[in-house]
Amino acid sequence: MSEWSKALSGFARDAAAEATISGNRGLRLEDPLLFEQDEPGRCGVDLPEPPAADRLGALRREGPIGLPGLSEPQVVRHYMRASQKNYGIDMGLYPLGSCTMKHNPRLNEKLARLPGFADIHPLQPQSTVTGALELIDTLARWLKELTGMPAVAMSPAAGAHGELCGMMCIRAAIEARGERRQRVLVPESAHGTNPATAAACGYAVDPIPANARGRVDLAALKAKLGPDVAAIMLTNPNTCGLFEDEILAIAEAVHAAGAFFYCDGANFNALVGRVRPGDLGIDCMHLNLHKTFSTPHGGGGPGSGPVVLAASLAPFAPLPWLVHDGAGCRLVEQAAGPAAQAIGRIKGFHGQMGMFVRALAYIVSHGSDGLRQLSGDAVLNANYLLARLGDLLTASYPGPCMHEVLFDDRFLRDSGGVTTLDFAKALVDEGFHPMTMYFPLVVHGALLMEPTESESKASLDRFIEVVRGLAERAKAGGAASFHAAPRFTPRRRLDETAAARKPVLRWRKPGVTPREAAE
Amino acid sequence: MATVKYTKDHEWIRVEGDVATVGITDYAQTQLGDVVYVELPELGRRVEQGKEAAVVESVKAASEVYAPISGEVLAVNDALSGEPGKVNADPMGEGWFLKLRIGDAKQLDGLMDEAAYNAFVEGLH
Amino acid sequence: MRYLPLTDNDRRAMLGAIGADTVEALFRDVPRSVWLERPLDLPRAMGEIEVERALTRLAAKNVPLSSVPSFLGCGVYRHHVPAAVDHLIQRGEFLTSYTPYQPEVSQGTLQSMFEFQTQVALITAMDVANASMYDGATACAEAVMMANRLTRRKKAILAGDLHPHYRETTATYARFGDFTVVERPANPTAEDDLAALVDGETASVVVQNPGVFGHVRDLTALAEACHRGGALLIVVVTEAVSLGLVKPPGEMGADIVAAEGQSLGNAPSFGGPHLGLFAAREKFVRQMPGRLVGETVDADGRRGYVLTLSTREQHIRREKATSNICTNSGLCALAFTIHLALLGEAGFTRLAALNHARAVALADRLAALPGVKVLTDRFFNELTIRLPRPAAAVVETLAGRGLLAGVPASRLWPERRDLADLLILAATELTTEEDIAALAAGLGAVLQ
Repeated sequence: MSEWSKALSGFARDAAAEATISGNRGLRLEDPLLFEQDEPGRCGVDLPEPPAADRLGALRREGPIGLPGLSEPQVVRHYMRASQKNYGIDMGLYPLGSCTMKHNPRLNEKLARLPGFADIHPLQPQSTVTGALELIDTLARWLKELTGMPAVAMSPAAGAHGELCGMMCIRAAIEARGERRQRVLVPESAHGTNPATAAACGYAVDPIPANARGRVDLAALKAKLGPDVAAIMLTNPNTCGLFEDEILAIAEAVHAAGAFFYCDGANFNALVGRVRPGDLGIDCMHLNLHKTFSTPHGGGGPGSGPVVLAASLAPFAPLPWLVHDGAGCRLVEQAAGPAAQAIGRIKGFHGQMGMFVRALAYIVSHGSDGLRQLSGDAVLNANYLLARLGDLLTASYPGPCMHEVLFDDRFLRDSGGVTTLDFAKALVDEGFHPMTMYFPLVVHGALLMEPTESESKASLDRFIEVVRGLAERAKAGGAASFHAAPRFTPRRRLDETAAARKPVLRWRKPGVTPREAAE
Repeated sequence: MATVKYTKDHEWIRVEGDVATVGITDYAQTQLGDVVYVELPELGRRVEQGKEAAVVESVKAASEVYAPISGEVLAVNDALSGEPGKVNADPMGEGWFLKLRIGDAKQLDGLMDEAAYNAFVEGLH
Repeated sequence: MRYLPLTDNDRRAMLGAIGADTVEALFRDVPRSVWLERPLDLPRAMGEIEVERALTRLAAKNVPLSSVPSFLGCGVYRHHVPAAVDHLIQRGEFLTSYTPYQPEVSQGTLQSMFEFQTQVALITAMDVANASMYDGATACAEAVMMANRLTRRKKAILAGDLHPHYRETTATYARFGDFTVVERPANPTAEDDLAALVDGETASVVVQNPGVFGHVRDLTALAEACHRGGALLIVVVTEAVSLGLVKPPGEMGADIVAAEGQSLGNAPSFGGPHLGLFAAREKFVRQMPGRLVGETVDADGRRGYVLTLSTREQHIRREKATSNICTNSGLCALAFTIHLALLGEAGFTRLAALNHARAVALADRLAALPGVKVLTDRFFNELTIRLPRPAAAVVETLAGRGLLAGVPASRLWPERRDLADLLILAATELTTEEDIAALAAGLGAVLQ
């Protein structure tokens, strides 16, 4: 029996009892797809009739494109109804470990939309965008100050992109030395982007095991270091929510072997304003502006991943460089002069300006003191969860933790078949977005919770009460209710197997077969 | 008379003369969950013992299938492209992955028989 | 602190429950030697009034495109975004949600991305599209790497009229990804015979259409030459609106399309955040990078959507992933899809026709200026002119007179003295008669 069939048999088929005529349920409103609401010729934007003009001849598009026509009220209704089926941090606790789902201040949205920031073109004469250059330069300076690093590359578009940028700089630096090193060491607990990035840079990935305390095994690491190791990629605090307390020794060993220390900055929220990664001996680190610095996650992006760099890596930073000298701020877009060793561009234009505005506003809204308070509250909140849940759930490591706390599924062992997944789905029915599940891979059935500093004590107490109740129910043999969850969401569990076996990745008009590509 | 042997990576190999059929075990398919896709090698390709011969994907994981012995790929199970679920339903039969012409029969000696494999799986828990 | 809900009472109570005396005690795993004991060199905290004042002051030092006649293009375009778009993307359910890994509570995002994927496939005339990439330039680099995987070859030929930022980004990825790129020189007046360069080592040929100088070309013969040689044709589109009027890449034989979507739904924003569009033929889908949303059913038999084919991605495949990409450009893609939903077939084609008509008007007016030669005869909404002297200085002078005249070629090809007299201009539906008149007058005055 397939997993899907097993899951189905766990669901109560009470759909008939609760059916409505419309398929709607009170305020929960269904809507067909855009393509199913098409009326040819209908349009939600009034545009003037274009005069006849043709400089395209035979290269004009012929035949219909197939886009549906809707009016503005219909489009607004469509997306309003769609939005109702989403959960966001605006609505409640979103304890996703390593994602830092903190409050997204609306002031930042207002400021990013000022025409002076939103309505400027990256290739305008630089004399017409001095405010933009000053903003990027100011943010760059503060990111360097917060991390204790001398240089920063602002252009990477997201965290993974920043990792790629950092690893490219490392490889360029090693090549400039005249060396060739083939291996990168990555802890088993690392986020998947780390090994993927190393491989994208042409490196072989060598995993480092964790010790019994959940940290990188220093002895194992030292044994793996050698003249063919280019770098280590570490996350600190690590993905188990623990500070790598041997980090100074790690940095020393890595440098002694002639390798570089890349730090994944996804968990910087635990340290901001209190510890500077530069003081820990790192050589480069990407920051996630959409994590630590509150720029909105937007359903999956956009992000922004500036990379702070040590002096040894600064010459290799990608173009463009933002240079601030006596003449003011200006962009250097060519690999010449001091930028002669720059690795080149890693994306178009200058970086995620819209996210820079938001992050800058966020930093000044807190100030130096506020940022320190922020990381303290983030760590306090996570330890509070550990203290109030640790007796019923199984914490993978003893406290204190940093900004996130890791549990595993040992507490579900005698639950009659309740998995981490089932537990998460039950949490959904209670009105919470689940914690991160099954990551990191170093424990079984991981549940990684990061409350962030944006949660009040009352909010945490409500969450704790629910999690405790669910844990008790699981242990008391309520497995069937977990397998049936979620029951109250706009859609219940979805058949991911079918989606992967026979992928349907776009809408097609019924009766129309997909064009077969010539083999 | 066909002999079936097993590897520590949960592949099985059924030998008939100088041709061997390779698949993954029932334990492996349970661990993987619903198989959604199988990537099979080209005919004629030489595979080496312990190196990747195929890839099996479920919704949440992708696993390498290693060649239990070295050999030349004679046939692959095309039925799996339309019905990857056969790997779950009948892993030792209709869910076979590929057939090899055996390079060196002595390589079979290092593999486990059914009793040894079952004991190995018991020990994993 | 307006964003921090905990009170001192709360903190005390929580520390009590934890059994720690101070918050600092929770940091005991951090070596004492690295604890920051001094305040950082950052401004003190500001309330909303002050933050707004400070940033408004900075914004005022920039010249917005809508405040003067502006003709900048080259990969970022000034278009009208209907008011409804920005309101809808700011709904907290869209703005503040995460990647849709828990599909039961993310159907809003998943369904919208499914519609987005469909729209992108339709406008490019390709079979399948992903849920967006960072931008057009990285989408181009990813397309080249995908072609390498599919053909098991390692050489990409980059056309001369590929946007230099796209070329440079691809070259950077090539250097570190151990594949090679052949960078053809930019030539605004003659077409390069790319077909003749395809050999047994070519994985892909990358062309931009309309090209960076504005030229629109028929790529069918090139596509056939690529396929005969066992290579793939990758087509880059930097102006998504062009797909409303120009023959789409899928109808000319493209295998992969890497495009920039900023033109729909998204402000220029000084170059970011934008969004990469990525589309390909059906048979290549398992080698596609980025997120993919698929249709399925839930336990009640109702249609729903999930992220699918995830085993290509980094969180499962790790070092064997098709790409290291994690984040896409979710909210920018949402803005794109809402804008295109409002436009629909009639609106999108009309918008494209308007853009083209404004550009034709611009071209005719410029051609009439003494000393100015229009180099692009077949174009969509971008064209290149040759001035009698270096364009950068002309642009700078005109900027001082309240005109943003376009992108001088020297900004993108600083090493090419022979291109220094070239100016690349774009017109859109927002370009008025007055704008064109002001530009003509301004140029005329400067060139005297």
